[in-house]
Amino acid sequence: MDAQILTYIIVGATFALYIGIAIWSRAGSTKDFYVAGGGVGPIANGMATAADWMSAASFISMAGIIAFMGYDGATFLMGWTGGYVLLALLLAPYLRKFGKFTVPDFIGDRYYSKTARIVAVFCALIVSFTYIAGQMRGVGVVFSRFLEVEINTGVYIGMVIVLFYAVLGGMKGITYTQVAQYCVLIFAFMVPAIFISIQLTGNPIPMLGMGDTLVDQPDIYLLDKLDGISQELGFSKYTDGSKNMLDVIAITLALMVGTAGLPHVIVRFFTVKRVKDARKSAGFALLFIAILYITAPAVSVFSKVNLIDTVSEKPYEDMPDWFTNWESLGLIGWIDKNGDGKIQYLGPDRNGGVAIDGKTPDFADGVGKSGERIVTNPSTNENELYVDNDIMVMANPEIADLPNWVIALVAAGCLAAALSTAAGLLLVISSSVSHDLIKKIINPKISDKGELIAARLSATAAVVIAGYFGINPPGFVAAVVALAFGLAAASFFPAIVLGIFYKKMNKEGAVTGMITGVTLMLFYMLKFKFDLFGGGGEDDWWFGISPEGFGSIAMLANFIVSLVVCQVTKETPQDVQEIVENIRIPSGAGEATGH
Amino acid sequence: MKNKDKNAVAYWKENVRYLYILLSIWFAVSYGAGILFKDFLNQFSIGGFKLGFWFAQQGSIYVFVILIFVYVRLMNKLDKKYGYDE
Repeated sequence: MDAQILTYIIVGATFALYIGIAIWSRAGSTKDFYVAGGGVGPIANGMATAADWMSAASFISMAGIIAFMGYDGATFLMGWTGGYVLLALLLAPYLRKFGKFTVPDFIGDRYYSKTARIVAVFCALIVSFTYIAGQMRGVGVVFSRFLEVEINTGVYIGMVIVLFYAVLGGMKGITYTQVAQYCVLIFAFMVPAIFISIQLTGNPIPMLGMGDTLVDQPDIYLLDKLDGISQELGFSKYTDGSKNMLDVIAITLALMVGTAGLPHVIVRFFTVKRVKDARKSAGFALLFIAILYITAPAVSVFSKVNLIDTVSEKPYEDMPDWFTNWESLGLIGWIDKNGDGKIQYLGPDRNGGVAIDGKTPDFADGVGKSGERIVTNPSTNENELYVDNDIMVMANPEIADLPNWVIALVAAGCLAAALSTAAGLLLVISSSVSHDLIKKIINPKISDKGELIAARLSATAAVVIAGYFGINPPGFVAAVVALAFGLAAASFFPAIVLGIFYKKMNKEGAVTGMITGVTLMLFYMLKFKFDLFGGGGEDDWWFGISPEGFGSIAMLANFIVSLVVCQVTKETPQDVQEIVENIRIPSGAGEATGH
Repeated sequence: MKNKDKNAVAYWKENVRYLYILLSIWFAVSYGAGILFKDFLNQFSIGGFKLGFWFAQQGSIYVFVILIFVYVRLMNKLDKKYGYDE
């Protein structure tokens, strides 16, 4: 059957499933809406967390980015998984024991201060909005690529679907939809990976195939071959990487700590029944995430080898269909700089580099000598090929000649990844507004029913705003996702960890710490990403640390300022210290708090 | 009441000790083997993987998953020992 029709059928079927689940599990109370009634089992919660966590970017872009970064891609792999260890050991069980609905709830109560709560709400909103803008755009892009509609139409469809199940079902609805979405997305990711692994190495397990020998050259390891051809083409060895070590450490740390501080991840651990289940579901969440995260680097290696084998020094006329298909969508561009009709794909050591001048190729009407699309912004170096990162995953089924239903499956997986993350973020936004702002600050007398209405209204408003960003994307979506992690690392993580592990931490320390961390992070980001405050390039980075890695420095600053300020200001009240003692104990044994 | 407090303090101490041990392993596999000592470890290989590269892109993630489940087990036992399990 035609790939297009199959895609409609499979995507349509998964959407019907999500909506069906949403109707079946709609929320009746604020407890249902915020934390799914607090009765989700650890395995289901682990799957939902995994789906929530893995966005369109993890699903489509990550393997491609790693394929181009080589070893340096480890920053993402370790950063986005290692954070769960911190979450499981340092945060989840205690926050569950604390037993409220949101992260600002914890910050506000633990630091007995409205200011702390407002700072936390503010941070939660910036983090979630920066993150969701990218997701809605992702939904639109996926729709446009696989269903051949306008990107904006795609965003509208995505808005309607998310609106339906997030607004109706709240946390309860999205949790059970996310379980289904996890199954769809992991299946869609694994199937092509397994097939390609078999084709290249004969090993059906991709993460082992990556370290195996080649089918056509049984005495050569795949990774050695890739190292060899990378060097031959003037790139650094695939397994070596090119970033400085301090920056690699800083980025990894910022991503890990940022992960542990992201409100839409933390809130998942409020949904389980017991402290014990919170620990366990963090384990399952990481297990389910790890399946994709250890497969992705294998996909990167397979697709990089396939790409180089297909294009390097080969005539343009001999390119397979997928090459020209993605070229016509503008995700591949070729400029025959030396006029030999063959594709030169070269790295910096052979006078290569980025093939075009700017971020994406600009195309003119008409075709060049070999029939290629004309690119109007070539760069001056000798590399002739521009390849968008995302192709590595999306073109995999075509490169490996897999049947059409696999292509349809990848589309459905991609949409599952984007929608599940968007829904999780929407919920954090709506609970920040209805619970933390309206109920806790503006109108504490609001009834449960009123609060539920407010939650649904703010979810609706959030969908509309996110949709607006999806349709008019700020040019800095990629930059702001790094910002979201940096901010989460610089704001929440220290405040929560100190709140649990340092009884004497007081509100003055926590608030100044959070403000310091966030301000520093925003300043660095604005300076080096948006050219404000004098701007600056790579040479001006402090200690050689990139804006992506700066979250770890801002986090350290937060810790230091919190601890120093705490020493010179009033001691934490006794009753708050007792709350801390109470959350350290998993069962009701410490219930004497109120006495 | 006094006994209850003592119990809680002892429980917390043991918990924090576990955290030190587990987080040391967490640090050792990712920042240690995956980044700081990567070049040294790359002299060795398992199958087609250079060891440092393997830790950075595969091994550390396996260890992370195992660490959490070990933690779950340890804490469940600890909860029982101090009578905090539900």
